[in-house]
Amino acid sequence: MKMLKKLTEYAQRKSPWILHYDCSSCNGCDIEILACLTPIYDVERFGAVNVGNPLHADVLLVTGSVNLRNAAVLKELYRQMPEPKAVLAVGACALSGGVFRDAYNVLGGVDKVIPVDVYVPGCPAKPESVLDGVILALEKFRRDADHGDKS
Amino acid sequence: MNNLLIALGALFLALLFGGLIQGLDRRLTARIQRRVGPPILQPYFDVLKLWAKEPLFTSSMTEVCAWGGLAGSAAALGLFFAGQDLLLVFFTQAVGAVLPAVGALASPSPYSQTGGQRELLQLAAYEPVLLVVLACVGQASGSFSANAPLHLSGPLLPSLPLTFAALLLVMGIKLRKSPFDTAASAHAHQELVRGLYTEYSGPSLALLEVAHWLDTLLLLGICALFWATSLWGMTLLIALVWLGEIVLDNASARLTWPWLLAVFWGPGLLLAAANLAWVVW
Ligand code: SF4
Repeated sequence: MKMLKKLTEYAQRKSPWILHYDCSSCNGCDIEILACLTPIYDVERFGAVNVGNPLHADVLLVTGSVNLRNAAVLKELYRQMPEPKAVLAVGACALSGGVFRDAYNVLGGVDKVIPVDVYVPGCPAKPESVLDGVILALEKFRRDADHGDKS
Repeated sequence: MNNLLIALGALFLALLFGGLIQGLDRRLTARIQRRVGPPILQPYFDVLKLWAKEPLFTSSMTEVCAWGGLAGSAAALGLFFAGQDLLLVFFTQAVGAVLPAVGALASPSPYSQTGGQRELLQLAAYEPVLLVVLACVGQASGSFSANAPLHLSGPLLPSLPLTFAALLLVMGIKLRKSPFDTAASAHAHQELVRGLYTEYSGPSLALLEVAHWLDTLLLLGICALFWATSLWGMTLLIALVWLGEIVLDNASARLTWPWLLAVFWGPGLLLAAANLAWVVW
C-alpha cells in the first residue's frame, strides 16, 4: 500500500498537465510560455502537456493581472480542476498587477482571487524560470502526499 | 478453461507492454519534431496520476461508459489472442468503441457533444471497412478463427494487398492519428478542447487511456495476421506499419468529417470489397 502511494506520488510529479489562462496580459509572458513548448526548452521532457481543458489539468498557469471582468472566469477554471492541483502565477502582472496595477478595473495579482502556490517574477518571465516554477509547483504534490491533506 | 487462461495472460502482457508502445510513440514523435520528448514510461505516469485524481462527473453515464469501453476493448483483445472467431472479436470491439461516445453524448457540454458525434461518424466510417477486412482474412485463410492464418503454408499479404491497404486506413482512426483524428487525438494535438474526452477526467480518463493501449495492440495484432507464418515477417510488418503511422501523423493535417466519410466509404470499402471478390472467385 505504501509502495503504491509512493508510486502515485512519483507519477503525480512526473506528469503535470498544464492549463494556461491569459487573464489580461500584454502577451509578452504568453509568448515566453509558448517558447517552453518549442524544441529549445521542450517542457514535455518533464512529462508536461499543455491542455485546453480544466478537467484534465493539474497545474493552472496564469499570466496577466486580474480585473473585474476575468476574476469570475479565473475562479471558475480553478473550481473545475480536480484535486490535487497547483497554481502558478507568471510575470509581474500576475504577481501584483504589474504595470497595470493602477488601472481603474484592475484588482491586482492572481492571489486576490485564488490561492497561488508559486510566483514566477519577471516582465516577461523567462522560459527557464517558468520551467523552474512548474517543477517547484510539483513539489507541492509531494508535500500534500506527505501530510495527507488535499488542499 | 485453457482459452480463458491464454486470454488473461495476453491481457496481462498487453497492460505491461501497451503503455510502452505509447511511450515509444511519444518519444519518436518528439524526436521527429527535434525535441527530446518525455520518458518512455510516461504513459504509465499519466495513467497512475489520473487514477489518483479527484473524480469529477457531469453525468453518471460518463463513468459507466469509461468502464464499459475498457471492458469491451479488453474482451476483444482477450478473444483475439485466445484464437476465437474474428467476427466475435469485431463485434466486441465495436461495443467497446461505441460506449465512450455514448458517455460523451450524455454530458451537456457542447464540446463533448461535438466530440461524441464525431466519434460516431468515425465509427460509421471505419467499422464497415474493418468488417470486410476481417471477412477477407476469414475467406483467404479458410476459417474465421483468429489463429487460422498461423497454420497456413504462406502469408496472406500477397493474396490480400488491397485489403491490407484498407486496414491501414482503419489503423489511422483506431490509433487516433492524423489525418483521421477527427473526434479526439493523442498527445498534445488539440481538437475542440479534447473532443470525445472533454468530459472524461481523472480515473475515467485513465480507463479510456488504457482502453486505447489495448485497441492499439488489437489493431497491430490484426495487422500481424497478414504475415502470420513467420515471426520475423510478422514483427517487421507491424514495425513498418507503426512507424509509417507515426510519420504520417507528423506530416499531415486533420481531415474534416465529410472527407473522412468519403475516404472510408469510397476507396476504403472498394479496396476491401474488390479484394474479397478476388479471393472468393
Ligand atoms: S509581466 Fe510584463 S510581459 Fe508579462 S504580461 Fe505583464 S507587462 Fe506583459
